[in-house]
Amino acid sequence: MSWIWRGLRPILESVLAGLIGLGVGALIMWAWGYRPWPAYVALFKESFGSGYGLASALANATPLILTALTFAAGARAGLFIIGAEGMMYMGAMAAVALSLFQLPSGFHAFVALLCAAAAGILWGFIPAVLRAYRGVHEVISTIMFNWLSHFLSFYLVANVLVDPIRAEKTLSIVKTSRLPLLIRGTDLSLGIVVAAGLALLFYVFFWHTVAGYEVRAAGANPYAARYGGVSPQRTVLLVFALGGAAAGLAGAVEVMGRPPTYAVYSGLTNLSGFGFDGIGVAMIGRIHPLGIIPAAIFYGGLQAGARLMQMEAGVPFEMVRAVQGVIVLALALPELTRIFKVFFRSIQRKGART
Amino acid sequence: MNWAYFWSLFSISLHAMVPITLTAVGEVIGETAGLFNIGLEGILLISAFTGTLGARAGGPVLGLLVGFLTGLGVGVIFGIICAYWKGSQMIAGVGINLFALGFVAFGLQVLGSPGFYTVPRNVQLPPIRTSVGSFSPVIPLALLLPFLIHWVLNHTRVGLRIKAVGENPEAADVAGIPVELTQLLSTAVGAALAGLAGAYMSVSWLGSVTKEISAGRGFIALATVVFSGLRPLLALAGGLIFGFFESLATWIQSLPGVKEAVPWQFISMIPYVATLLVVAGVIGRVRFPKALGVPYRRE
Repeated sequence: MSWIWRGLRPILESVLAGLIGLGVGALIMWAWGYRPWPAYVALFKESFGSGYGLASALANATPLILTALTFAAGARAGLFIIGAEGMMYMGAMAAVALSLFQLPSGFHAFVALLCAAAAGILWGFIPAVLRAYRGVHEVISTIMFNWLSHFLSFYLVANVLVDPIRAEKTLSIVKTSRLPLLIRGTDLSLGIVVAAGLALLFYVFFWHTVAGYEVRAAGANPYAARYGGVSPQRTVLLVFALGGAAAGLAGAVEVMGRPPTYAVYSGLTNLSGFGFDGIGVAMIGRIHPLGIIPAAIFYGGLQAGARLMQMEAGVPFEMVRAVQGVIVLALALPELTRIFKVFFRSIQRKGART
Repeated sequence: MNWAYFWSLFSISLHAMVPITLTAVGEVIGETAGLFNIGLEGILLISAFTGTLGARAGGPVLGLLVGFLTGLGVGVIFGIICAYWKGSQMIAGVGINLFALGFVAFGLQVLGSPGFYTVPRNVQLPPIRTSVGSFSPVIPLALLLPFLIHWVLNHTRVGLRIKAVGENPEAADVAGIPVELTQLLSTAVGAALAGLAGAYMSVSWLGSVTKEISAGRGFIALATVVFSGLRPLLALAGGLIFGFFESLATWIQSLPGVKEAVPWQFISMIPYVATLLVVAGVIGRVRFPKALGVPYRRE
């Protein structure tokens, strides 16, 4: 029995946290004079009620799976890498830059993905070295690098990669470098396969190889792992590289697989936020590569439905991100289910007394 | 080039110093008690927004008060989750930051101005006008508060208790100090100062709210705390240093001829590069409370 509980509990906790998040979201909507129920009906009807909505949910989930993997890789080693946002911008820039070259169809996309992953790894290199050899906390360094990436991308979008005809966006990804759509008429591209495939690779690496086991050991107990011969420096560099590759790919699959423009807009409006959303997705997926996939689909669905919610109920779609924040806050609690058990028991006791 | 240019650099520095100093000094209190709050960025953002609402409703002073109380409220939630329920401080902090991103973007939409809201002139905090320029009244507060906190932490019983809780919660517990309550109050007061800093940005300094108004200042404040080694007066010095670099970026862009030579995006990177360099330079030489970041559980 206990092993079933052990497997079920994280799922139960995520569901519980999700309900708490939606509850607080309803409270906020109500406080601002909106009616929560019709808003939520619109939200879920769109995202999970139709084939098209589901395809949108999967399309939105694609970059989130990848940025969530960045956070999860770090968290498994005991690191708090919140730099996916900046790495993701760099990946997108690399993908766009590769469209300046001419390569055969298909192979072009493959090379672009590789370069994007490399760009993400490169962007994480200095924070990784600072962490490994100078002990600089990765929360501070990766956030600073997010801002550096933000400004560098602004520069690249406006000056280097700009579309000569439409100045509000970069050059579009050339046809040979685009990821083909899986379902005609939707936004769902081959990117979802890349994302899910990488999640699977991460799972195999972390749970079925010695190197991955060592990373997890270093995260669970750094002293014991060090005593056992695991180099802490190597672990830091490794997870930063894995995370950087995933985040770089996130930016790339988004521009290479998102019709109609296949480009980055000035102000990075069609990219900004994926890195931070990925943290939430990783938490809801319990920082497990296979848990991240359903969590990303859930969150991608909320995003897809949020647009309809805005149209039908008038509630601004940013609401969804606030809900996500509350979900993460709830997930900060250890043994969330236990707190509820204690809570219910105290209610029962009160009930018995009166 | 004349003196007026340098004077403007000094003036912007003083204004840019305030949010970083207030937030950092507040976090010094919280970290001394053993709680590490990476949600400061979010608190700055939320209270910049709620401060605006307060100012709209009842003037600039109410705005600052609402910002302060917003920070206090978020700090209490953070404290309950982390001190009483032994939740993960890192994850709770991330939760606050994510919530802030969504909540403020949502709120700005509701105000009818997606992404940007200008605080009406008549509800902005009026600056103190002197013969050498006008300054926000919050500046002297930010300059004096670190001294007050220095005194409380180092020369009063309350300060000793806060230190004991952060250094050795078990011993503090045995000595009859309420560990959880001390941690909750310390982190809440710290968060309240971050809230005041947020409201200062929108109601007094910048006069507007955007989705990016905090611009990494919460994390720069965390870097300042690292730099200070939990000494409030050094946190003030750090605030002045980082405030200077921030204003340096603004100032250089205002110089004639610079904009044509160097793209503004690269000048805007200055404060973030400076933060990285300072943190990479000082780390390893500072000592933090033993129980920082570790939830205390009675055996």
